[in-house]
Amino acid sequence: MDNRLNYIRLLESDSIYVIREVAAQFENPVLLFSGGKDSLVMLHIARKAFWPAKIPFTLLHIDTGHNFAETLQCRDKFVENTGIRLMVAYVQDTIKSGKAVEDIGYKASRDVLQKIMLMDTIEKFNIDAVVTGARREDENNQSKERFFSIRDEFGRWDPKNQRTELWNIFNGRIKPGEHFRVFPLSNWTEMDVWQYILQENLDMPSLYFSHDRDCFIRDGVIYAYSDFIKLKTGEKVQNLHVRFRTVGDMTNSKATLSKARNVKEIIDEV
Amino acid sequence: MLKNKTDDYINKELLHFVTVGSVDDGKSTLIGRLLYDSKSIVEDQLMAIWQASEKRGDTNVNLALLTDALGAEQEQGITIDVAYRYFTTQKRKFIISDTPGHIQYTRNMITGASTADIALILIDARKGVVEQTRRHSLIVSMLKIQHLVVCVNKMDLVDYREDIFELIRSNFNNYLSGLDFLNSIFIPICALNGDNVVNPSVKMPWYKGGSLINLLENISISRDENLTDGRFPVQYVLRSNDGFHDYLAYAGRVAGGVFKAGDKVMVLPSKQITKISSIDFYESNVEEAFPPMSVSMRFADDLEVNRGDMIVREDSIPEISKEFDVMLCWCNVKKLVPGAKYVLKHTTREVHCYIKDLLYIIDVNTRRKIEGIQEVGLNDIARVSIKTLQPLFFDKYKVNRATGSIILIDELTNETVGAGMII
Repeated sequence: MDNRLNYIRLLESDSIYVIREVAAQFENPVLLFSGGKDSLVMLHIARKAFWPAKIPFTLLHIDTGHNFAETLQCRDKFVENTGIRLMVAYVQDTIKSGKAVEDIGYKASRDVLQKIMLMDTIEKFNIDAVVTGARREDENNQSKERFFSIRDEFGRWDPKNQRTELWNIFNGRIKPGEHFRVFPLSNWTEMDVWQYILQENLDMPSLYFSHDRDCFIRDGVIYAYSDFIKLKTGEKVQNLHVRFRTVGDMTNSKATLSKARNVKEIIDEV
Repeated sequence: MLKNKTDDYINKELLHFVTVGSVDDGKSTLIGRLLYDSKSIVEDQLMAIWQASEKRGDTNVNLALLTDALGAEQEQGITIDVAYRYFTTQKRKFIISDTPGHIQYTRNMITGASTADIALILIDARKGVVEQTRRHSLIVSMLKIQHLVVCVNKMDLVDYREDIFELIRSNFNNYLSGLDFLNSIFIPICALNGDNVVNPSVKMPWYKGGSLINLLENISISRDENLTDGRFPVQYVLRSNDGFHDYLAYAGRVAGGVFKAGDKVMVLPSKQITKISSIDFYESNVEEAFPPMSVSMRFADDLEVNRGDMIVREDSIPEISKEFDVMLCWCNVKKLVPGAKYVLKHTTREVHCYIKDLLYIIDVNTRRKIEGIQEVGLNDIARVSIKTLQPLFFDKYKVNRATGSIILIDELTNETVGAGMII
């Protein structure tokens, strides 16, 4: 037998190692559900890491209220299949509490509110580690993140003073009020994620595949039209054949014109 | 067609390389060039660096801005922390750790190098080998990175002269001859213009070797996992009770050797002997578990096994001891002194320890040992004796990276202050 793991299995094994370290080193960790394929892959890997035992984390969803129905269905199915405890924190509650005022202009986005809500939840429930599906390839600042990345009591990242992270010996020690962000999928690329979804035959929200939908175009980007959207003059609703690249908050999920009906066809387009 | 695309993809070899060298040698520019020429950057990234370059007053697109993501990095024009980048060619998948050259950030360079297969070291053709070149090559050789690719950069600024390249090569080879590299390959390049990076340079016809990307695609990487000595550090205890029967297994990642169901094994530190009854991984049994597979094991006997214990093959037991020497890279401004106490992490095991003795520091320029030292400072490389409260089960770093490496943690600040390789 060839004692070698293929590339995808190597990444999977690394990610399982990281997730098990979280279970071993933290008292009150959560997995963050964002709705997207990355968080679904992370959840699947968490399930594998602890099988047949239950995933020893809570699943946390910071709900902006701007959901695609398909995304919530995926979440609920996972909860039902695994028996994982689900905690939903509603951004609407942050707005009601008066901690933040919602932006209601054309560019209204609940991104900032989502961050406030996450910090509130971390404080309220003494969460010491937040595990997310973020990938280094995806974003410039993320490319500088460690697997285990410490946050101070205000939730701030100090990229100029990160902990030395050697081999895969992770140091998850914290002082009261601090917490860690942990990124088990750090080294996965977009293509790796799709290849893994194909190999593992994972269910994805149908939004990722091409379908007809009412859309509008703003600054050259296609978005889904919904009740949460205010159109500017000149913008009009049009029915397009699209798939989504992200499926979290409806108001900022970008769509792309596509004919890809399944994972294999997406891989061809990526 | 489609199926083949997937097979091709997942069967690509993975090569993780780290770029090291002194500040200003052009590491970020080289990576920007690799990403750019291999068409691994998308249009909006390119737009963003166009704008950032203009803002800085650069005349051309500044490719270094691709990896220098932090605001302070772009302003100061230096890399502060490791950036990880990814690209794919027909043959291989690459992970790059782009590390800072400034001596102040050496610990970040070690972070990026500790998981790499090969190292790319850059030398500015005008300056030749400098102290930081030596320090970095010493560190990567200690980390047991076997291949060193030496890129003599900025050849455009020395009129692409062969004699300058050759002089640097012979100088640096003198230094490297005392280090533990399997091989070292020299390439003259100009990262800014792309000479010998992806395409061969027309300006240096005297250079007969291949381009850098050609080399990276073809260099043989022997995965250095140890397949002979069975080592399985217990990471997490899995328990499940579904009402019919209790499930109890020990989860972890194989750190050495090959394990099969039926194998006779020893549990450390208790030294109890048992048999593996099954190796499990998600709804199925695993026939053979080898590094770096994450699996879980069940045993024939009911034993007390905890995180931090180690399952080993009975016929190859590691060293079991409370005292050992390490080569230590010191990563903290607070100096290391004899008697200082730390938390030590080794595989999944955590113990308390103190520094029993400081033996010597290595002078990075001459590789000479400086003995009779009283303290070890930031970025020093030293041999020290450590004594632990509870025993460790370990191999020498050169035999097994996973079971031969330790980190030291300051209990007051929680910072990781040292990286140690057991000798």
